[in-house]
Formats: sequence, structure tokens, C-alpha cells
Amino acid sequence: MWAWFHKWSSPRWFYQLSGTLLPWLAVISLAALIVGVAWGLMFVPPDYKQGNSFRIIYIHVPAAAVAMAGYLLMATAGAISLIWRIKLADMVLKCAAPIGAALTFLALVTGAIWGKPTWGTWWVWDARITSVLVLFFLYIGIIALYEAFDNKEAAGRASAILALVGAVNIPIIYWSVEWWYSLHQPASISFTGESSIHPQMLRPLLLTITGFYCFFGWVLLLKVRNEILHRERSTRWVRDLILSR
Amino acid sequence: MHPLRRQRLAIVLLIIAGTAAAAALLGYALRENINLFYPPSDIVAGKAPVGRDIRAGGMVLEGSVKRASDSLQVSFIVTDYQANVPVTYTGILPDLFSEGEGVVVLGQLDAEGLFHADQVLAKHDENYMPPEVTDALEKAKSQSGAPEPSKPY
Repeated sequence: MWAWFHKWSSPRWFYQLSGTLLPWLAVISLAALIVGVAWGLMFVPPDYKQGNSFRIIYIHVPAAAVAMAGYLLMATAGAISLIWRIKLADMVLKCAAPIGAALTFLALVTGAIWGKPTWGTWWVWDARITSVLVLFFLYIGIIALYEAFDNKEAAGRASAILALVGAVNIPIIYWSVEWWYSLHQPASISFTGESSIHPQMLRPLLLTITGFYCFFGWVLLLKVRNEILHRERSTRWVRDLILSR
Repeated sequence: MHPLRRQRLAIVLLIIAGTAAAAALLGYALRENINLFYPPSDIVAGKAPVGRDIRAGGMVLEGSVKRASDSLQVSFIVTDYQANVPVTYTGILPDLFSEGEGVVVLGQLDAEGLFHADQVLAKHDENYMPPEVTDALEKAKSQSGAPEPSKPY
């Protein structure tokens, strides 16, 4: 198991493996997003109460889900880089933050656009919306903290600690609609029981969720590969790679 | 595991446990304040302050909505099916406002227990259905006779 772990931590090996993974992620995410969005916007019947405005769910829910999952990935990478000092984990932490911030922003904006016609307001300081805003600030804080240090090792360590501290926000976001009275409705998709969203509407949603996850993986790999080349630019294998092009 | 790494792992676990404990204490201290609104039973029980801006949330009681014929004034009852709070509001209601649906109102409670709302928000539930499905559900309900009580959230 340790050998496997160490193999993964080698930037060179990761660069090669991610190269073969990239086209698959790209194709799956583009296909799932195009089909899912077209299906959700054009072929699914409108909601019995909200009419057509419910269709923003096909962007809002995947963006929010991947923003939270991306944070967990980033915090895990932070823990690994703190404990084992693995360079690759530090690169994942650094590269995941801007993608997560963008997705959180998208979730907040689409939520506000939906909130206006549905609730009658763009914004309410309820537990769910406020905790997602905190998630956005955490992402921004991690990006800023990483850039604030000239010493990149110190930057990685400080950002990893912030990422770990902020991880407590993820269960708060997830269960905020259960623990407190909020304006935001509870989850419609259930992992254990029957979902309260009709299967006809759920299928394209699952497709766009898959698409967003693959999109996150795709962009993350692109950024990490770029970071690897930059940090290892003085090594022999990178020089050989560039010269062979 | 290398002792140094074991020590770092312990520190990481300590950070997680510490922030979780801090968040739990914070949530415990603020438990009432994080709630966006008071349910009607808390208001009737006198737990909500009088004359200050608060929010009340619940369902709009079926058959309780009364509109004035010469103004935008509207009155209705917010209920959690245990207690009722009468609400009066002047203004435009959100599209999704209707009887038997969730609602959150912002305003002040007066000494008589009447809620003067400055803002009315519709609270959407987690159910998403095509219209044909609701028609079918309605039909099934009317055939079986007994109407299902709508679920208070």
C-alpha cells in the first residue's frame, strides 16, 4: 500500500497517468453537460408550481455539490501535504481552490436568480445561504493566503491549515436545512429513500451532476499538470518532454 | 509510521477536532438565533419578542386568505397545524404564495398577537413534479375521498 502511495506522490508518474485520463474526463464532462442541459432545458416538463424557473436546478445543484466535494478534496490534500509533505498534494490544494471558488460563486448567483421569482427575494441570511457564502470566502481566503507568502513551503502549510479549519463548514452547509429553520428547502435527492424530485426531472440532473464532477476533475488535472511542469522545470524529464515536442 | 509523521497526523486530527468542537459550541450558543423564523407555536407560546422585527414561518392556512377590495391589503393565518398566527400585509405577494403553501413573513408582532408583515416570502418545498403528475395525484386523492394533510416541513 505504501509503495502505491509513494508512486502516486511522484509528480512525474502523475503527469503521465493524468495525460491518459484527460481526454476521457473531457469527453465525459462535455457529453454529460451538453446532453444533460439540453434535456433539462428543452425536454423535461415544467414544474407544477414553479413553472420553467425550476430548470436552473440543472446548474445550481451540480455547482453547489461539486463546490462542497471539491472543498473536501482540497482539505484532504491539505492534510496529506501537512503530514507526509507530499508536493503533489500541495499542488492539488493550490489548484483546486480557484475552481471551487468559481463553482461556489456560480451556485450563489444561480440561487439568487432563482430566489427572486420563487421566494420573492434575491438574498436571505438563512443558515444554508450564509454558510455557502462562508464557503466562498474560505476559498478566496485560501487563494489569498497561498499568494501572500514568498516562501512557497510556508504558503502551502498555512493554506493547508486554513483548509482543514474550514472543513467544519461542509457538514454545516449539508445539514443546515435540517438543523435550523431556513428559507432554503431541504435536499430533493435522497441517497437512502425515495427522492422528492420526479424521476423525469431527476435523470438529466444526475447527468449534469456527473458532468460537473468530471469537469472539476478535468480542469483540476489541467491545472495540476501545468503546476508540475512549472515546479519541475529544471528536472531532466521535463526538459526531455519539452524537447521531444 | 514514522514518529514525526505520526505527530503531524495527531496535530491534523487535533485541528479538526478543535474546530468541530468550537463550531458545535458556537452553534449551541446561537441555536435560537440561527433559525430564520419562529414557528407559530413558539409565537403563541410567547417566545417571540413583541414590537421588534422578527420572522414567522409556517403554512398559509387553507381558506384564511382575505384580500381587501380597494387596496393591496391582505390578511391570512400562518399555521404549523398546532398554533395559528394572524398576519396582515400590504403589498404585492410573491407568485408562489398560496393557501396550503409555505411562507416566511418579516414584521412585528403587536400586543394583541397580530403580525404586521413588511415582507412576505414564499417558502418552496423540496418537491419537484411535472404538472401531469400533480393532476394524477389530485385525481387519486379525490377518488379515495380522504384528503391527505399537506406535510409541514
